[in-house]
Amino acid sequence: MSTARRTADTLLLLAGLVVFWEILHRAAGETAMPAPLPTFAYLLHNLTTPRFIANLTTTGLELGYALLLAYGIGLAIGVWLGAHRLSGAVGEPILVSLYSLPKITLYPVVLLIFGLGISGKVAFGALHGVLPVALLTMGAIRAIPPVYLRAARALQLSPWQTITIVLLPAALPEVFTGLRIGFTVTLLGVLLGEMFASKEGLGAMIIDALQLVQGEEMMTVAIVLFAFAALANGLLFFVEHRLRRV
Amino acid sequence: MNAAPVQRDVHAELKGVTRIYSAVPGAGAKLPVPALGPIDLDLVRGEFFAVVGPSGCGKSTFLEVLAGLQKPSAGSVSFEGKPVSGQVPEGIGVVFQEDASFPWLTVWDNVAFGLRRNGVAAPEMRRRVEDALAFMGLKDFARAFPSQLSGGMRQRVCIARTLVLQPRLILLDEPFGALDAQTRLLMGDEVLRLWRRTGATVLLITHALDEAAMLADRIGAMSARPGRFIEVIATGWPRERDSTIVGAAAFGEITGRLWERLRGESLKALGHSDVAALAAE
Repeated sequence: MSTARRTADTLLLLAGLVVFWEILHRAAGETAMPAPLPTFAYLLHNLTTPRFIANLTTTGLELGYALLLAYGIGLAIGVWLGAHRLSGAVGEPILVSLYSLPKITLYPVVLLIFGLGISGKVAFGALHGVLPVALLTMGAIRAIPPVYLRAARALQLSPWQTITIVLLPAALPEVFTGLRIGFTVTLLGVLLGEMFASKEGLGAMIIDALQLVQGEEMMTVAIVLFAFAALANGLLFFVEHRLRRV
Repeated sequence: MNAAPVQRDVHAELKGVTRIYSAVPGAGAKLPVPALGPIDLDLVRGEFFAVVGPSGCGKSTFLEVLAGLQKPSAGSVSFEGKPVSGQVPEGIGVVFQEDASFPWLTVWDNVAFGLRRNGVAAPEMRRRVEDALAFMGLKDFARAFPSQLSGGMRQRVCIARTLVLQPRLILLDEPFGALDAQTRLLMGDEVLRLWRRTGATVLLITHALDEAAMLADRIGAMSARPGRFIEVIATGWPRERDSTIVGAAAFGEITGRLWERLRGESLKALGHSDVAALAAE
């Protein structure tokens, strides 16, 4: 598909979303769902206020730390469980059941351990992200065809060369899928953390706006988050697609 | 060692080689599984040797032990007079049954892979890669990725990747196993061309009797597991030959003789409980 075609499709999709929004506004009423146009006006007016920027910075910082932790720990666990058969056999069911558990039920525990500050939200975000990263990295390593290892030996590669120029590129596309999904759920975890036990960040802004019945502010935060998540996901997806070579 | 009765230029030598897989607890095998041997074989420099045998007889194990990918449980392997054990020596090239082309590299980069690692100078590398690509008929696909090619083309990429390193002993482990019969005949011609041009010693593992009969100077017929050579047949083909010899009378004779030797072994490989009943028919 050409770039022009893809851009047109994206614009069409966005226009469709705005139309759907307008319909929802007419059906649900002004209080529940403000109209698109006044919301965009509100957004333009408030996006650069110090209050908004402070909250945006807080969420950005928390997400950055949480991603660092989720990616670092997730990759380490994934490589270990993927490369060591016994550890994988023991670890996989644990990871899978943790992955299916609604982690919000563990938030009180996270808060009691890490406190109400930034570290609690970072830990909660990382808790979300670490599982898909670990699971998909493990899968990526297990999915490397064994013949690559024999081919590497037949080409007289050293163990270090085998890891860096054969195993790593072989596993990379699927690892990247894990990083992409990990990004999405880490953002989810950070926002959930902000919504339920925080006075700062975009998540807290949504809850405050809800309590003050400020629909336009709620939707403004939602739009910013939507735009950010869609952009980041698109970027990661692009890299992943390039790596896959299909 | 005493002087051999016949003067031959021995390129690779296996003496009393066996391979026994140790028992794996919990994986069904309670006793060690003998997979191969004992095997005694001299490969003569420059010959084309084929190994045929029923499935699961240890053909691939034989190749991996000879290549240095697996250590023999007993006996010794040597290549150009030096012992082979635990790692693949320089001068041996291996092409596997499975597609081992690297999907993240272009055809060109796949073929250049081994040269790059060896630190061959850029102009020399370019010359050798272009040469190997042209020889394997891949010139127009240099910039393609393996996922854009058919199975047969990908196997050519793997052969080119080995060929470019100028191996003196080329080991082919059922490289055409996954291809259709016509493509296999044509790939057989390619291998003959490769063998003549490089002057290398070629060892081909195959389960196809006709493929062995058409390609090889000598054919080793392998027994059911644990694989031993029950007979080594010399075909007597001229060095200049191609797939049209499948029409020759001698071709049928060789194939027939191979099947005569291998029929019982193939039945054994199917499971010994059936052998008596089938043999009685």
